[in-house]
Amino acid sequence: MAKQVFTRPKALKDNIFHYCPGCGHSIIHRLLAEVIDELGIRDKTVGVPPAGCAVLAYNYIDVDMGEAPHGRAIAVATGIKRTRPDLIVFTYQGDGDIAAIGTAETIHAANRGERLSAIFVNNGVYGMTGGQMAPTTLLGQTTTTSPGGRLPLRDGFPLDLSQMLAVADGSVYIERTAVTSPKNIIKTKRAIKKAFQVQMDDLGFALVEILSQCPINWKLSPVDACKWVEEEVVKSYPLGVIKDTTQAQNRMDRMKRGKRAKT
Amino acid sequence: MTKQLMRGSHAIAEAATRAGCRFYAGYPITPQNELPEYMSVRFAQLEDATFVQAESELAAINMVMGASMAGVRAMTSSSSPGISLKQEGISYMAGMELPAVIVNIMRGGPGLGNIAPSQQDYLQATKGGGHGGYRTIVLAPCSGQELVTLTIKAFDLADAYRSPVILLGDGLMGQMMEPVIFPDPIDPAALPKKDWTLDGARGRDSRLIASLHLDPTEMEQFNWKLARKYAAICERETEHESYLLDDAVVAVVAFGTAARIAKGAVNRVRKAGLKAGLFRPITLWPFPGKELRDLTRTIKSLLVFEMNFGQMVEDVKLSVGEQARVHFHGRPGGIIPTPHDIGAAITKLIHRYGL
Repeated sequence: MAKQVFTRPKALKDNIFHYCPGCGHSIIHRLLAEVIDELGIRDKTVGVPPAGCAVLAYNYIDVDMGEAPHGRAIAVATGIKRTRPDLIVFTYQGDGDIAAIGTAETIHAANRGERLSAIFVNNGVYGMTGGQMAPTTLLGQTTTTSPGGRLPLRDGFPLDLSQMLAVADGSVYIERTAVTSPKNIIKTKRAIKKAFQVQMDDLGFALVEILSQCPINWKLSPVDACKWVEEEVVKSYPLGVIKDTTQAQNRMDRMKRGKRAKT
Repeated sequence: MTKQLMRGSHAIAEAATRAGCRFYAGYPITPQNELPEYMSVRFAQLEDATFVQAESELAAINMVMGASMAGVRAMTSSSSPGISLKQEGISYMAGMELPAVIVNIMRGGPGLGNIAPSQQDYLQATKGGGHGGYRTIVLAPCSGQELVTLTIKAFDLADAYRSPVILLGDGLMGQMMEPVIFPDPIDPAALPKKDWTLDGARGRDSRLIASLHLDPTEMEQFNWKLARKYAAICERETEHESYLLDDAVVAVVAFGTAARIAKGAVNRVRKAGLKAGLFRPITLWPFPGKELRDLTRTIKSLLVFEMNFGQMVEDVKLSVGEQARVHFHGRPGGIIPTPHDIGAAITKLIHRYGL
């Protein structure tokens, strides 16, 4: 008797991904859908996709979705979540979206401890617009707007947004993962699940930064792109848990939202 | 139904609360700070209301966007420079057909300008403001009581047409204290149910609220849908006030604070025996152009009076064509003209043309 060992998650629509060969988005979409299935929250989850390659995330992830202007996903998500605290709200944002044009929105949402789960896909370039330099682009990395490689005096240094967010008292859980290997993919799924669980437990702001590969704009084969992440990108953006105060008792007391001060 | 003496900004905030508004996000800017201040206190008294002081005008309008997606009546407020920042979000909300109320307590400009009352954002408010060729309904109150009625009406129109609505006041409207009467509060739960909100796909297919239409054919269809909606709004929703126009030889055309001053001027010149009246658009978009054109059957001289150097005058000229002479008197930069000032302009016009 045949035993089914692999199937499409219920929260993943039966559409063919538009992403380029070797792109990490499709893997991350699937992981999100698996997590939503496993937590049994498909009917109370709302997603906010960004502008960028993943703007079409709503073609794949089968939950209510509300599109945000470029960089504003977390502000839009804040409006949804504050209005309907019973919903599980996540954003899905690229590095240009969350770490350049949307930096202010992101830092302040983290600082307010918004009960949101942010999925931050870092591939070091503006993918959809054709591979321009992003705030996260590595030093020396050539893009269509950093000819000859990123120079700090001309282009600034790679920005580690996750570290910045970890400083904010309202952030509770921040982890950086990758989707370059089965091992890393399993870790990424675990991190996404935890980011959702943190929201369901009403603890505070959670974010998973996922180092993703963009073979087309990096002008590498899919295999070489994964190797580039594992050998080069992780030097600037080391994998692992950046912040986890889910168990800290003093935080629990300070951050209780259920009984917000009324005047 | 007791009368209360109340500052304009507070009257808007209280009226919004009574209209069932349960989400407010804003950012401090003079001369409208009393509005978010009132909201923060008022909403703290309600279990189901959310006040957020946002980190920027951009964040505030986007939070309102999210709240609107989730189905609640939502509002933000600002003054001219802050409203410029909100235009991105207003365009997206027009593109996603999301209701919201945006209050602009205008000040002098351009740029940082000053904090004095002005009407220098008329064109920005009525012609779309942001990118993409949309329109917003624009309501222009001229008294404390009208701040109340038009704030409530703004929420009703926003929901009815699934569109952002702008309440266009100025520093004087926001700061002035006048007696107002509030209607009984609306229970938000009693408002008509919205069948398009994002509230989790329970027992139904998942929903999408988006302004992206990559296929130009689809984008064109959506634009025509908006055009039809806007035509319906123009057909049904124009509102204006006529004051002493039956026997008038000159009609002053003015809105908001300028209209309030013009009314004083009309009363003043009437005492001198001059037959002037006032036509006051209450909806700036849709502009009551047809009503104004009808007026030119009997009145051949119009004096447009604005606290800017000439914006609404373009709509007046478009509306009346060759049917009347259109004159303009303006005071930009945050100057509050006196009834004497505009009275002199009316008198000069009547004498010059022997009316």
